[in-house]
Amino acid sequence: MKRTDIRKILIIGSGPIVIGQGCEFDYSGCQAVKALRRAGYQIVLVNSNPATVMTDPDMAEATYIEPLTVDSVAAIIRRERPDALLPTLGGQTALNLAMELTRAGVLDTCGVEMIGANADAIARAEDRTLFKAAMAELGLDMPRSGSARSLEEARTVARAIGTWPLIIRPGFTLGGTGGGIAHDTDEFRAIVARGLEASLNREVLIEESLIGWKEFEMEVMRDRAGNAVIVCSIENLDPMGVHTGDSITVAPIQTLSDRAYQAMRDDSIRVLEAIGIATGGSNVQWAVHPQTGRRVVIEMNPRVSRSSALASKATGFPIAKIAALLAVGCTLDELKNDITGTTPACFEPALDYVVVKVPRFAFEKFPGADTRLGTQMKSVGEAMAIGRTFKQAYLKAVRSLEAPLAGHDVASFDPWFKAQLDEIEAFRKFLAGQKDVLTGLTGLRNGDNPVNPVLKNEQAYLLLRQAKVFGFSDREIAEAIGTDEISVRNNRMALGIRPEFGEVDTCAGEFAARTPYYYSYYSTSDVGLQASDREAAEDRKEKSHPSEVFSPKSSPRKVMILGGGPNRIGQGIEFDWCCCHAAFALRQMGIEVVMVNSNPETVSTDYDTSDKLYFEPLTFEDVMEIYARERCDGAIVQFGGQTPLNLAERLEAAGVRILGTSPADIARAEDRDFFRALVSETGVKQPPSGIARTVDDAIRIAADIGYPVLVRPSFVLGGRGMAIVYREDRLRAYVDEAVKISGGRAILIDKFLTRAIELDVDCVSDGETTVVGAILEHIEAAGCHSGDAAAVTPPVSLAQETIDEVARIARAFAEKLQVVGLMNIQLAVKDGDVWMIEVNPRASRTVPFVSKAVGWSLAAAATRAMAGERLKDLELQTSDFQKNRKSEVGSLMSPPYYCAKEAVFPFVKFPGADITLTPEMKSTGEVMAFGRDAATAYFKSQAAAGSPLPRAGGLILSVRDADKAAVTALAKRLAALGFEIWATRGTSTALWRAGVEANALYKIPLGSPNALDLIRRGKVRWIVNTRDDGEEAAHDSARIRAAAVAAGVPVTTTLAALAEGVAGIETIRTQGDALNPRPLQSQSGQPVKGWPAG
Amino acid sequence: MNGLIEKWAAERARAAFLALDDGTVFRGVACGAAKDALGEVVFNTGMCGYQEILTDPSYAGQFVTLTTAEVGNYGINGADTESRALFLSGLVIGDLTEPRDGRSEMSLDAYLKANGVPGIYGVDTRALTLHIRAHGNRKAYLCTGRATCPQAAAARWGQRALPEEEAVAKARAWEGLDGQDYAAKVTCKAAYEFGLPPSDFGQQKQKSEDRSRKSPPHIVCYDFGVKTNILRSLAAWARVTVVPAQTPAEEVLAMTPDGVFLSNGPADPAAVTYAVENIQKLLGIKKLTRRCGDAEKGGSAPLREKIPIMGICLGHQLLARACGAQTARLKFGHHGCNHPVKNLATGRVEITSQNHNFAVVADSLPDCLEATHLNLNDGSIEGLRHKTLPAFSVQYHPESCPGPHDSKYLFDEFKNAVRNFQAARLLGF
Repeated sequence: MKRTDIRKILIIGSGPIVIGQGCEFDYSGCQAVKALRRAGYQIVLVNSNPATVMTDPDMAEATYIEPLTVDSVAAIIRRERPDALLPTLGGQTALNLAMELTRAGVLDTCGVEMIGANADAIARAEDRTLFKAAMAELGLDMPRSGSARSLEEARTVARAIGTWPLIIRPGFTLGGTGGGIAHDTDEFRAIVARGLEASLNREVLIEESLIGWKEFEMEVMRDRAGNAVIVCSIENLDPMGVHTGDSITVAPIQTLSDRAYQAMRDDSIRVLEAIGIATGGSNVQWAVHPQTGRRVVIEMNPRVSRSSALASKATGFPIAKIAALLAVGCTLDELKNDITGTTPACFEPALDYVVVKVPRFAFEKFPGADTRLGTQMKSVGEAMAIGRTFKQAYLKAVRSLEAPLAGHDVASFDPWFKAQLDEIEAFRKFLAGQKDVLTGLTGLRNGDNPVNPVLKNEQAYLLLRQAKVFGFSDREIAEAIGTDEISVRNNRMALGIRPEFGEVDTCAGEFAARTPYYYSYYSTSDVGLQASDREAAEDRKEKSHPSEVFSPKSSPRKVMILGGGPNRIGQGIEFDWCCCHAAFALRQMGIEVVMVNSNPETVSTDYDTSDKLYFEPLTFEDVMEIYARERCDGAIVQFGGQTPLNLAERLEAAGVRILGTSPADIARAEDRDFFRALVSETGVKQPPSGIARTVDDAIRIAADIGYPVLVRPSFVLGGRGMAIVYREDRLRAYVDEAVKISGGRAILIDKFLTRAIELDVDCVSDGETTVVGAILEHIEAAGCHSGDAAAVTPPVSLAQETIDEVARIARAFAEKLQVVGLMNIQLAVKDGDVWMIEVNPRASRTVPFVSKAVGWSLAAAATRAMAGERLKDLELQTSDFQKNRKSEVGSLMSPPYYCAKEAVFPFVKFPGADITLTPEMKSTGEVMAFGRDAATAYFKSQAAAGSPLPRAGGLILSVRDADKAAVTALAKRLAALGFEIWATRGTSTALWRAGVEANALYKIPLGSPNALDLIRRGKVRWIVNTRDDGEEAAHDSARIRAAAVAAGVPVTTTLAALAEGVAGIETIRTQGDALNPRPLQSQSGQPVKGWPAG
Repeated sequence: MNGLIEKWAAERARAAFLALDDGTVFRGVACGAAKDALGEVVFNTGMCGYQEILTDPSYAGQFVTLTTAEVGNYGINGADTESRALFLSGLVIGDLTEPRDGRSEMSLDAYLKANGVPGIYGVDTRALTLHIRAHGNRKAYLCTGRATCPQAAAARWGQRALPEEEAVAKARAWEGLDGQDYAAKVTCKAAYEFGLPPSDFGQQKQKSEDRSRKSPPHIVCYDFGVKTNILRSLAAWARVTVVPAQTPAEEVLAMTPDGVFLSNGPADPAAVTYAVENIQKLLGIKKLTRRCGDAEKGGSAPLREKIPIMGICLGHQLLARACGAQTARLKFGHHGCNHPVKNLATGRVEITSQNHNFAVVADSLPDCLEATHLNLNDGSIEGLRHKTLPAFSVQYHPESCPGPHDSKYLFDEFKNAVRNFQAARLLGF
């Protein structure tokens, strides 16, 4: 029975996307919020990440997009007075924050009960010493280990264990940050020091190495009555030593006998009992020695996790939802299994398929970073695939990645998996020799009945079918035999080889599933359903409606939404948010939604987001099969990022009706000549540019247009390979390198506008009305990738005429490009002139942020426009829009407060990588903050991004020559605020001349005090370090920044950001209440309407 | 590489098919023994433990379809055998893989061959499962041994030694399992005493603890197709004599048991009439009435005459029938390791291992029986207790193997009942 003594529950989200904490916690949070509200509870939600569905204003009663810090959450608790805090759904961030709130006495003082897991249980699970003691009491085997709070203690522990290598894990972190494997004393010293830094409780665990052991995980649910079930068992292909998040994993466990499996099951449940997890979901990790079978417990997470999100998607069992309901006192047998709708949630899902998850890395973004896989997680996303055999699932997962699978040591895999992979490669080689068989088909047309064709075709049939059963895509087959994908596809169609679709039903077919959640597979045998075959064929004939002949203007009844696939830098949760909003909006319109995606972390792949969910790779082949099977009336490709866009033209050519802006128009925006003409037609300035194929070309063009120049390869995606070049020798080096990599493809050279203000503009258009959602003004000057830049809206430094001009440009481009849906424009403003940088007629990363800022879902509106509604018919609650609506010339929404966005970077995971912001995007996530002025919003956004600006203390100033004049005024204000300034020689000279006192700082090799000393001694709490990209003198800079990142000291790399920061500190110091949190629902002073219901 | 291609080519020459009595044919590749078989097709949703399933005598007369995707991965292991032989008609699976585990003794394919059981793989087991879900368990004919075809083409479209239509006809003509006494086919030939195999580490500790007691209780176990782990579970604290299914109650009583165990077993409880009569004698029931409380050993009888009885699966159904309840066929039974069962006394839910096609009809329960356990999926009766006699039974498998160990406590309950009985007898109560 659910508890009635609790009415209001606080849920903490996981904040920005970082490595080790992706959008899986938006998925779990959404489920929990929905379930608890349906059960009658009031929900207060706090999360700093605007690109989450959970922070949509219609999800919770009160939604706070505020920093996840003790101060901020304590203020929310005091304002909202919740009865309970549910800390187990927001990853390690929420768990840590809940523990800090407990220690700070906030929960006690405010009478807030922790539900789901109490502080004692969390401590027992997270504190290595307590955990070890609890496991010893259970009699469970553990690796030999000891914990240490200093390097000295660590050495003692290492001596006691007595073998190399040793594993070092910090206590209380996420994604294994700061951990590592030490093979000798030098490595040991370095990793222990890093681990002590990263640990919230300044403790590291040193362990006997289990490298090479088999690794397993069990997802356990437990209720207050003591009922416990294993939702999913997971086996890692990469053995111990590779972080689970970076491992290829498979569910269910494949290589354990029932005896071994059940023993592990019993012990997993006992672990939960011993730790004291009274209710909810936890995962328990195990290692098994491959020869002796000795099994040791590794760890348990007393909360929902990345693994539990994967387990939910793999089994159909909604762990987060059930965990939330168990936390408020329900028991498993009282809850229904959503998928069947008839059986209880108290059961263990049976899988009749194999699920494989593969990680996606982004090493190309971080030159210099160590790419070896280890105990510290490095992947930025993952793809999951379902097949009827391991091989099918594995091949599907790999092709879902859209990138080669690399970094895994197949030789270290369990022999069973290795054999499967060997068979795949053997078959691939075999196929290569079968070109004649597969290409010499005769006399077949698409749709022919392949029964009794000539023997030649018969061989082709058997071979092709076997290849499909193995799991090869048409494209892989084409690659193997040296032909093109379309001809393989045509032959396959002609031979009638089509996939079957299985259902993720939690019960292996035993009960009928109510929630349609599908995967494709090719059947090993031609199942001869003699009677049903005929029935099915009749059925098909009856139901078939000619999707080829319907009018393009007719309103669709069934729409496919293509998701974004695995998260990566530049394509993440923001796009999934758009896809979810598209689904919500369509369903609200009564249109059936078919979602296709391969990313298990997302809300879009929750089974109740769409009407039908296909967990499939986003490839031409897979999408076409689903489109044909479902007989969709159209597809939406502009929300899932680059992945579906890349497919758009081929899909359209194959008969898919693309809703919204046509693929041709999307492509045209990328066409350089067309675009240039369009820009000049619109009367907008565009930086001079040129195309170079050789070094000499490049140098000539650059000399013509003048340095600095922005250079990039012509096939650029997400800012990949972009750079700003200030000097000829650097250009020469860049082009040399780029020509080598791109194999002679063109290099684009643009004049780079120095010290310009960059703008991001997100609009919605229905082809008639164009609504400008918001103009984002970047804090950093142009040159930093828009995804990495901090930004504020409404813009602070633009004149009204500039804003009007921006709106005019937006409308003009929307019209010229015939945009129906979303459009993002990047502009630069310099000396009052507006310059065009680029236009993308599709969803951008900033759409969720803008939607939250103005209180109106741009993605939902765009979807409605694509489905045939007119924007001016939509009811918008924003008064500005109402006001401008009559003019029908497009509207600018401007909220009565300021919003700041800040990016979050994974540098701490990649020691050695440079942290300078460049045109190449490096951030993994972002935060949002609200404030009554831009400076306050910016100040809060820094705290939310995990590098809070200090209000006083030591500060290092080290700026490039170009900034030296401008820095002095800011330095004066900092001094007035009481900051103690340390400055490098050039900067301190400039300050001294302006009459600002500063302590001198030596260059690192030259003496003390230098920046590294100060950072290590904790003397400085803020570092301001600007430099020109391409300036060499910066070796010191790199070391300073690296040390700062490691020590968690905020680093400001532009003067513009410094100015905002200083202004923010001034505001906070003078107006103490400026930081007071306010719920999203009342930010605009009125209730939010018009959001698509989740 | 060549090995794989040869394997693939060979597969095409070993075409097999499973013909259902409703005319549906599932085609695949033959494995195991090269022979044809008749049986009833059931599906089991467990995700591991294929060896325990193969060796469970309750599957006699059935084709077991494993819904789990990959089968054979960890090979065959002597310790995981649940009976002296394989009694099932055949195995139906999706993907058959070779073990790569050094500890595996042989491959699944070799094991089936060695035990004379045919199999078919490459079947779309999901399609088959959905078919059974819709139409119930079907009688079927598995054609493997004689289906070798000279040409690849024939593997798909005929030229079989046995035409599919004929196989369907054979399936239709087969008498099926209803009303059939399969317990008689799988039971042991003569009584024997069960010895705990030394390979069972898990129960060593408990065994030595129990050994310290002077005289272990004596359990007589009716073998209707008993699984070894039931015997292991009992032998951990008792001396266990296993007797053939047909053994008269008088003979059993002559062995002066401290408890009687009614084992699991195959097919239809209604056909095992002799067992029902024997159980009635053990319970002291002379005449069945709706109240069934007229058992002469009920109520007032001395404790020493009330022999504790525990039943599992078929044993449970037989105990229920002995008390006057009815049994009936379920549409496609319960076969798997994930069935939630609620213990009505404690409110706790156990995840159970199940394997049965027949069940006790809830409406038919006589007054003397109370339901102790319910299946949460379909509300069917999973456990019974006699209100006045120390007799209880469960439909599912507390001995697991394969499956979760949540229900082991039932053996402890039986142990306590047996010890009480033993004490009462020694003290003359």
